[in-house]
Amino acid sequence: MKPTDTSDPQYYHKVVDCQWGCPAHTDVPEYIRMIAQGRYTDAYLLNRRSNVFPAILGRVCDRPCEPVCRRVRVEEEPVAICRLKRVAADLADDIRPHLPAIPAKKNGKRIACIGAGCASLTVANDLLPLGYEIVMFEQFDQAGGLMRTNIPAFRLPAPVLDDEIAMIVELGVDLRLGHRIDSMAALLEEDFDAVFVGTGAPRGKELNLPGRQESDRIHIGIDWLESVAFEHTEKIGERVLIIGVGNTAMDCCRTALRLGGESVKVMARKPRGYFKASPWELEDAEEEKVEIIVNHSPKAFVVDGGQLKGMTFDHLEYHMDADGNLQSTVIDEVFLACDDVILAIGQENAFPWIERDLGIVFDEWDVPKVDKVTFESTRQGVYFGGDSAFGPENIIWAVEHGHQAAISIHKHCSSEPLDKRLPHGMNLLSTKMSIHEWSFSNDYDPSNRRQMRHVELKQRFDELNIEVELGFSAEQFVTEVERCLNCDIQTEFTAKLCIECDACIDVCPVRCLTITQNGDKSDLVKRLSAPVTNQDAPFYVSDALPQTSRVMVKDENLCVHCALCAERCPTGAWDMRKSELLIPYAIDEEVAACKRKTG
Amino acid sequence: MSFIKKPRITKGLPQNGLGLSIVDYEGAMSTLCAGCGHDSVSAAIIQAYFELEIEPHRVAKVSGIGCSSKTPTYFLRPAHGFNSVHGRMPSIVTGANAANRDLHYIGVSGDGDSLSIGLGQFCHAIRRNVNMLYVLENNGVYGLTKGQFSASTDVGSTARKGGAVNQQPPIDPVLTAINFGCTFAARGFSGDKQNLVPLLKAAIQHPGFALLDVISPCVTFNDHEGSTKSYAYTRESERTTVYADFVPRREPIETDLVQDVTTVTLHDGSRIVLRKVDDDYNPFDANAATAYIRDHQEQGEIVTGLLYMDEEAQDLHAMNNTPTTPLSALEPSKLIPGAANLAALQKAWR
Repeated sequence: MKPTDTSDPQYYHKVVDCQWGCPAHTDVPEYIRMIAQGRYTDAYLLNRRSNVFPAILGRVCDRPCEPVCRRVRVEEEPVAICRLKRVAADLADDIRPHLPAIPAKKNGKRIACIGAGCASLTVANDLLPLGYEIVMFEQFDQAGGLMRTNIPAFRLPAPVLDDEIAMIVELGVDLRLGHRIDSMAALLEEDFDAVFVGTGAPRGKELNLPGRQESDRIHIGIDWLESVAFEHTEKIGERVLIIGVGNTAMDCCRTALRLGGESVKVMARKPRGYFKASPWELEDAEEEKVEIIVNHSPKAFVVDGGQLKGMTFDHLEYHMDADGNLQSTVIDEVFLACDDVILAIGQENAFPWIERDLGIVFDEWDVPKVDKVTFESTRQGVYFGGDSAFGPENIIWAVEHGHQAAISIHKHCSSEPLDKRLPHGMNLLSTKMSIHEWSFSNDYDPSNRRQMRHVELKQRFDELNIEVELGFSAEQFVTEVERCLNCDIQTEFTAKLCIECDACIDVCPVRCLTITQNGDKSDLVKRLSAPVTNQDAPFYVSDALPQTSRVMVKDENLCVHCALCAERCPTGAWDMRKSELLIPYAIDEEVAACKRKTG
Repeated sequence: MSFIKKPRITKGLPQNGLGLSIVDYEGAMSTLCAGCGHDSVSAAIIQAYFELEIEPHRVAKVSGIGCSSKTPTYFLRPAHGFNSVHGRMPSIVTGANAANRDLHYIGVSGDGDSLSIGLGQFCHAIRRNVNMLYVLENNGVYGLTKGQFSASTDVGSTARKGGAVNQQPPIDPVLTAINFGCTFAARGFSGDKQNLVPLLKAAIQHPGFALLDVISPCVTFNDHEGSTKSYAYTRESERTTVYADFVPRREPIETDLVQDVTTVTLHDGSRIVLRKVDDDYNPFDANAATAYIRDHQEQGEIVTGLLYMDEEAQDLHAMNNTPTTPLSALEPSKLIPGAANLAALQKAWR
């Protein structure tokens, strides 16, 4: 194999699994380290740079970082990355003095953002410091979009939401609440230099079964949550059936319990293991005694004289066919009585307000064609982001779409090509302090994941808005931060210094190092100290070693970044270096453009 | 040395037939200099016992004084241990082995401990053919006292600083051992585990005294240009003559080893497989082996591998006609037959 080029920012980026897994590439190990050092404000600001809403995401993020966490390779549970983010938000000082100054002299460009959700707010956050004028249209009387309408207040309290939205609005957004856009054509007639569509995926999927139209006690999940959020709905019947078992279903069932539901059943068509809901959301719902009934496929609504009586279901049995596909057979029909039904079987984006003759091309599923890198539609100057771009995802994806769309809008307004974007950069700095001392905590802490504390079951139903999670106590988070394996502190190897004494190989607790003859990868992996378990993980091969021309091979998948290789190395061939991924935002594009102009 | 504990991570580690993983064979964190060859030898010992599926608590590890003699702390945590007086490890093992023949004995020593203060002890343990593995971690320098020449330093080697040149001829442990009737004499290199681990396995299973002289560079005092025991010099000069491997009784011998191999079957049915690199080398002929090692020494080569083996010799217990039950397990009445029996025995000699 050829020697690995570790100066390519993507190599070490991929080693930092949480950061690689996060759509916005938040520098997780560094903010956890800042929390460990008591630098909560710094930790908040570092988060905010990439994910914009640390307090919100510290409560409700879908945490794509956690399943990929390196800690899972040495024990069962990942680091509680998400809830540590909340620690930073809970303990940070007022961060407003640290926000960028907004230039008094504007750059003369006006941008329309449709919808005041996370994607649009991110666009505003990135463009306001560059002198843009942002006009944001919101159909409701409050900003926040899905974060406000679809996420119940007992998971995300309104003051938390209000605060982080206000931080952006206060930068100078021209926020037009209660202003619904009904015609894209009319908007395009106005004097805007670019339009960003961040209207989410507001249409809940229907379940057209017999009896659907005969009762007003059958609700679409996201519409029902929205009407609860705006206090239009204040109660529900005692017996409630939730159809579907995704995260919206979890929010619906837990909300129903707080509005008078006594017997709340979540009806799943498939067995456990096929649920769409995140495991932790399922766990929280089941803690509240929601019953999850598997293998029931909805058949009909039973309505008698305009009154909903219940639903019938096919009770299914599953088996694997020869091709490994799940096949079902009906074993009987079941009737379940209920007072209300909530449909939570998915949602989609919908654009009845975009005329189809504007040059914005829609595909066969009636969704706009959007470039995956630039987020531009087929009409120049019109951008989509968040759920409105590629369908329902989660907040952290919408934030990343917002960052990228902001870059595109800035390039569009500066008459630069959209696809010539700054690449990722990297800083790589030694953490060596003295002979065996590093500027990070490398001592492995075998503690298990700390359990989140919850409000007592009885107490939490007193009011709809009581936040269930209490956050980590100081005792909890000082332990939890030490569970982080510091994946951003890299083992950087300098082949010409190596004397092949094997010290690093002998001391490595996970046997991720091997010195062996070079060969192609399929051949090399046969000779490793420990077998390769993840073929996609970064794999390091050094230059030829001075004494024997063999190579040092490292399987990055196994490494726990304990620094023992570097402590054992007599020549300093191994060094622990902190890799910092430099992610360009709109402001960096502007700085680069200025440098180009001034030479 | 390091100041953190080595993380104990067992998830996904392979297990041997006893249900133990390799971490169960480890010891405390080493306090030797970073890059010391001895740490590699310890790692090879850990691997060898793990692969041989020997229960760690069925091993006794004994040592004297020196950097090498510290290392038993760094492997086989559950094993019995005795850190004895300088150069006296062979006596301790002889006594322990006489009392309990059922344990596996490993003595770890260095060139100072074995070839200077303990040379007499070393020779006599060989003569008695004590059933043990004797690992001599040979770095050609007194590291613990900051770098003086040792009894294995080659003529012409220089000190790291000050320009002193060694004039006294070295004692070669392998040649010495063969001269004293050693039944298993081998040499390895700490930087070549592919060779060292199989040698260790064969030596552990050899039913008699097995000397393994391991060139183990002192990274602090003897890894410089004027040294003949540095990593670089050993790599340039190493000449492996006979590869040895140990094959447990239940496993077939892999066919890719078959060309030019000699198999020695041990009493329990397991085998040591010798693969010769030089056709004319005979590891069962002490005179020829001695001459070969000397010839190559003159050419500046360090001959490694299983250099001499005597499969016929009787060990300490056979020579002394001791009972098969360990003395430690004998009933007191048998162990101490009493005054009347002693008088009868003495009368027989009058």
